[in-house]
Amino acid sequence: MNAHAPILSVTNISKQFGGIKAVNGVSFDVQRGEILGLIGPNGSGKSTLFNCILGQLRPTEGHCRIHGRSTDGVRPADLSLMGVGRTFQQLSVFPRMTVLDNVILAGQEHEGSMVSRLFGRPDAGLTAKAEQLIEFFRLSPYRDTEAGSLSYGQQKLVDAAMAFMAGPEIVLLDEPAGGVNLTMLAHLKDRLLTYNREHGTTFVVIEHNMEFVMSLCTRIIVLAQGEIIAQGSPDEIRSNPMVIDAYLGG
Amino acid sequence: MTPTRIILVALGIAALVAAPLGQGNYIVYTLTSWLLFSIAAMGLNLTLGYAGQVSLAQAAFMGIGAYVTALMTLAGLPWIAAALVSVAASFVVGLLLGYPALRVQHHFLAFVTLAFNILLFLVLRNEEEVTGGSFGLVGMPRPSVLGISTDSNLNFYYFALACFLFAAFVMWWILRSPWGRAFKALRENPIRAESLGLKIRRQTLLAFAIGSAFGGLAGALMPPLVQFIEPGSFALIHSLKLLLMVVVGGAGFFFGPMLGAALVILLPELLRFTEGYYLIIYALLVIVLMVFSPNGLIGLGQKIWLGFRPKQEERRDMKKGFQL
Repeated sequence: MNAHAPILSVTNISKQFGGIKAVNGVSFDVQRGEILGLIGPNGSGKSTLFNCILGQLRPTEGHCRIHGRSTDGVRPADLSLMGVGRTFQQLSVFPRMTVLDNVILAGQEHEGSMVSRLFGRPDAGLTAKAEQLIEFFRLSPYRDTEAGSLSYGQQKLVDAAMAFMAGPEIVLLDEPAGGVNLTMLAHLKDRLLTYNREHGTTFVVIEHNMEFVMSLCTRIIVLAQGEIIAQGSPDEIRSNPMVIDAYLGG
Repeated sequence: MTPTRIILVALGIAALVAAPLGQGNYIVYTLTSWLLFSIAAMGLNLTLGYAGQVSLAQAAFMGIGAYVTALMTLAGLPWIAAALVSVAASFVVGLLLGYPALRVQHHFLAFVTLAFNILLFLVLRNEEEVTGGSFGLVGMPRPSVLGISTDSNLNFYYFALACFLFAAFVMWWILRSPWGRAFKALRENPIRAESLGLKIRRQTLLAFAIGSAFGGLAGALMPPLVQFIEPGSFALIHSLKLLLMVVVGGAGFFFGPMLGAALVILLPELLRFTEGYYLIIYALLVIVLMVFSPNGLIGLGQKIWLGFRPKQEERRDMKKGFQL
């Protein structure tokens, strides 16, 4: 595989719901190791685009490719096995399982076969790796706590740890900062940046928290009414008159 | 497993070994029935309690196991061969039914499985040449194990106990493996589970088929126990009874179905002294239990236990992304 080829390639994606064009001719590439932010006002088509990338919505036109392979109609499980991790806007932990079990679960389907998972070790040999990730997100005190009893921010961290457990090459984060307090947010950002630096993992982030997205992302794409109205570095986006007019205000 | 749990399990097995000693035939028979229904309820607990799918066909899978075993043992084949075929047949039918049925879920799946149970009942009743129809099948022999006959009710109890312990071990093994974790994930958050690489359709189908196979094993024990089987023993009402066992005992808890089966089978016997009122009392007790402890008897036990210990409460306020 060409090391310089984009890890994610979105080509002329349009998605129409009845008479409404939610996404209209959007194209962009994401390079390995990049942290791309997707921002825009409500109804700008961010989530529709996200779902098209993740194969959950079939685009009316255009296509998305991850590692050169079309994601159109690919089941979420297969995307995960292709090296695509994701987090959800709403809390998405398994509340009655411990933090350790949540994180092990996130990696076990990538280990061995169905048969080896039945007759092999109960932890699929993943406890040490899961503990490392739990430690990385500073969740060690809660290792054996049921995930459902943690605070909102802590559950967001568990969610992030799960997204990284299988060693994905690209992770799509859907509003990771939503509802997280400032201290926890700084911690989350620090962990994401460290992970990106240490592992070279690519991130695509949908976010409304401008401070978070501007300090996390290396490049930002702004959507409005289903179209890209601007893209560039955080500083370029902050000073772009079209973005200020359509989204940032001021 | 912690040392305390190992000791508790050993004590439980010792109690099961001692339970029928000095008891009359009727009590021994009732205890054996409890073991059988516990095996079937364990299977349903995997489907319902762990994988989160409502099945109303567990009695039908018991029926498949019972009729296959009855026909094979009446033809002179050994019980163990008949039981293996019964378990395999129930597993395969579970797969065949589950494959299309699991395209729908929750109450839709309940209706599909309900229809299957009714269909199987009609087949068993109408295919007289094979199944004996409403007259059923009689005279199935009891197996011998290592030269020891199980013709006496006490010996058959111990034989059923061995099968029960084997089934419980298999279930424990499945639940402690990554499969068990995957089944729980299906119940708690299937969308998230799929995004982590879990093939939810395949895993749900497996849970359904394995649960069905447990029904088949329970059914295989029925012909030698009762020595008479007829379609009415596998009608829809018995699937509902098995569902009640799982829910009353505590769905999603390992020992839930065993406790539930004990309550559903033994309580009516204990309440017989109330004569005509026993069904009313029984129903009221079940309603009260469900209202105050939706997690069944195990949930009730946990509530009492947590009353003495600091508890770990789930953040229900955050279930739907609610933010404080």
